Amino acid sequence: MGFEVLLKGTNFIRLLQGLWVALRISLISVGISIVLGIILGTLMSLKKPVITAVSRVYLEIVRIMPQMVLLFIVFFGFSKAMGLNLPAEASAIIVFSFWGTAEMGDLVRGCLISIPVIQYESSYALGMSKTDTFIHVIIPQIIRRLIPLSINLITRMIKTTSLVMMIGIVEVLKVGQQIIEANRKSSPHAAFGVFATVFLLYFLACWPISRLSKYLEKRWS
Amino acid sequence: MSTEKEILKVEHIYKKFEDLSVLEDISLTVHEGEIIVIVGPSGCGKSTFLRCLNGLEETSEGHIFLDGEAVNPLSKNITAIRQKIGMVFQSYDLFPHKTILENVIMAPVLVQKRKKDEVKAEALKLLERVGLSSKINNFPRQLSGGQKQRVAIVRALIMHPEVLLFDEVTAALDPEMVREVLDVMLDLAKQKRTMLIVTHEMAFARAVADRVIFLDGGHIVEDSDPKQFFDSPRTERARKFLSTFEFEEK
Repeated sequence: MGFEVLLKGTNFIRLLQGLWVALRISLISVGISIVLGIILGTLMSLKKPVITAVSRVYLEIVRIMPQMVLLFIVFFGFSKAMGLNLPAEASAIIVFSFWGTAEMGDLVRGCLISIPVIQYESSYALGMSKTDTFIHVIIPQIIRRLIPLSINLITRMIKTTSLVMMIGIVEVLKVGQQIIEANRKSSPHAAFGVFATVFLLYFLACWPISRLSKYLEKRWS
Repeated sequence: MSTEKEILKVEHIYKKFEDLSVLEDISLTVHEGEIIVIVGPSGCGKSTFLRCLNGLEETSEGHIFLDGEAVNPLSKNITAIRQKIGMVFQSYDLFPHKTILENVIMAPVLVQKRKKDEVKAEALKLLERVGLSSKINNFPRQLSGGQKQRVAIVRALIMHPEVLLFDEVTAALDPEMVREVLDVMLDLAKQKRTMLIVTHEMAFARAVADRVIFLDGGHIVEDSDPKQFFDSPRTERARKFLSTFEFEEK
């Protein structure tokens, strides 16, 4: 079936290292996206015409452009044009953060405007200050709505990191291909075993996260 | 009644939303222990009036004084003033992420810096009084509308306000739950609390009011005792308004 190649030498360890590269890119990008997304979403909820217009263009660009095209633009186009020697992993993090910030921003905006005005007012009516209202009434409610949604974004990011091998990053899928190539003669059917293992690794990375999201959604609904 | 201390004084307030004039030249003095029921057709400015009293709405002109202190939503001491005016809303608006007990004790602990144990003990006593001691660890979504509204009343009471504002607190409730909330308010009336109540429950208004104020088109059209208002209203507008609550076979 081709699983035996994984037991040869350091093949399986290399696959795990590849998985770590994928996870590292996505986790760093998610971290950046959450911070920038909260800022962007808060700005968008203010309904200032200029911010609304700019953010709408930004969101549309992210929605329309395939992530792969963005990767190529940043890694091959942008860094050449600007004379920067941007490493592939940095390019990937930039693209994923660019994408994630847009999606997080939209989620944060949606959560913010979904909190009814009367929640603020009934807190003010109790003598709570604006700051206390935000900290104790509004933010906890936003977090409860936001976490399940952003977890969904994290799993999508992890899956999409398979694209970064197109700009030369050796992540789990690329390692898998390398193992298959190197063992073409000795185990011609390695492809099934290797890709099945890659599939399993993605599954093991994403499944607990998506279970957590389901659990939190249930607990907080 | 006039020998009692003046607690709330409203002087010639106006409220405009852009060109729409909602309140026009409203003046009112409320004495300690007085229960004022405000009635009027929908859109007459009743809710806006209550919201001006605790500074949720800024008045366009005029002044409001609580215990001689000006109510101004932009001033720094507005949070101090709001602690003296409790408000209960039509849609209860409990905080969904907190349990019933947490809903009640949050503001006294955070805002008034009272000891948590002391506040908790008082919360339990008040919740028991409104028949909800078994619900303290539940979340608002697990309660019926009437139960939520009783919690909202307790949440306002625990701040020890000098004045309580009730904004159509039974209007969103199913008919069979109206009574349990009105009973709680009746109990407060017996304790001689100062209250301003906006309501459409005319029988209740008649039972608890010391004064009835009839608002129409942003004006105080009548300000009289309940017997006079309900039995022989002075104005045609009040008569017409009251007749909408009668249901006679013709």
